[in-house]
Amino acid sequence: MLAIFTVIADWLAYGLLGLSPESRLGSAVHFFIEDTTKIFALLVVMIYVIALARASLNLERVRAYLQGRHRVFGYLSGSMFGAITPFCSCSSIPLFLGFTSAGIPLGITMAFLLTSPVINEVAVVMLWGLLGWKFTVAYVIVGMAVGITGGLLLDAMRAHRWLQDFAAKAYAQASAGGGAPGDGEPAPPQRLTFAERHTFALGELREIIGRIWKWILIGVGLGAGLHGFLPENWFAEHLGSGQWWSVPAAVFAGLPLYSNATGVIPVLESLIGKGLPVGTTLAFCMSTVAASLPEFTLLKQVMQWRLLATVFVILLINLSIIGWVFNALTPWLGVG
Amino acid sequence: MKVEVLGTGCKKCVATADHISEVAHRLNRDAEVTKVTDPAVMMDYGVMSTPAVAIDGELVHSGSVPDEQTITGWFDE
Repeated sequence: MLAIFTVIADWLAYGLLGLSPESRLGSAVHFFIEDTTKIFALLVVMIYVIALARASLNLERVRAYLQGRHRVFGYLSGSMFGAITPFCSCSSIPLFLGFTSAGIPLGITMAFLLTSPVINEVAVVMLWGLLGWKFTVAYVIVGMAVGITGGLLLDAMRAHRWLQDFAAKAYAQASAGGGAPGDGEPAPPQRLTFAERHTFALGELREIIGRIWKWILIGVGLGAGLHGFLPENWFAEHLGSGQWWSVPAAVFAGLPLYSNATGVIPVLESLIGKGLPVGTTLAFCMSTVAASLPEFTLLKQVMQWRLLATVFVILLINLSIIGWVFNALTPWLGVG
Repeated sequence: MKVEVLGTGCKKCVATADHISEVAHRLNRDAEVTKVTDPAVMMDYGVMSTPAVAIDGELVHSGSVPDEQTITGWFDE
């Protein structure tokens, strides 16, 4: 089904523009046309369909669901809700406080917050379109694993000691049986008509595409440039492929950088094509997506330095493990 | 009346505040619109998604930029 986009790109790049498939420019232009048409088509359809299904999800209900869950199940469901809830970095602070002040353990809240930026419909749709379903499934599983183990570790360290005072106080109160401030019973599930769902989905579609279209063009543009102009196997020749330390180094380099999944995935596709090991590439990309300097600055409002540093180190370790695992799984994934 | 727009300072929060001031001005209502970025205040209101709006100390909206009709509704009451 996706082959149609290759045909479109063949026709436009080699037919209409008369570029040679052998030339660097031709190859870059072909990559650009194929990826942009494919990504936009997939995103428009999938964002709409997913938004239809998600119209009645609201955070108050998620919170009510997570409250008082058994721990182990809590991490899993925290991470799952993180995956299906749309992420916006400007909402992460109120969400964090909303969960904390409802007495939800820090680890479960962090399982949610760590998974949320990594797994979202845009990332999943793009990975599926560009790198195949096996890679996408693996990405979702490890993305959730990062959130779950991160949450588990933080609770094991009793990291809630390192919240800022006002947040720690609210958490202590709620844990003692006070409940969340400022709200009563959770709202009953909304029953939406199809027309209401349609309006919501159209709004989501317009909002998301309006926000990310330029990132797609930038990401695909970069990817296309690398694809056309970087020699095959450049990475294997310059970096070697077997060193274990290249994975944590890639994660460390990526953590302070900011990007979103949209811009990074086409670059990832292109780098893998040039012989950069799959796990190393993925670890780098996930680390640019999962956390960033602006994100850490926001979290500083509710966390002490010690907690922030701990989260940073946990991410570094988790993402490195992912890199190594993916490098080992490469033959099975059908990419690279 | 006192209108507080709660949010960590993203584009949508600014848009919400501007939109409310604009509607208030057009309807000739006396509204004092302030932007609140203090996370402790958001927690007290129980806000989980921003931008959120509180009028005279009561939360009336959260999670999106309110549309024209919604805002007009607040001033009509």
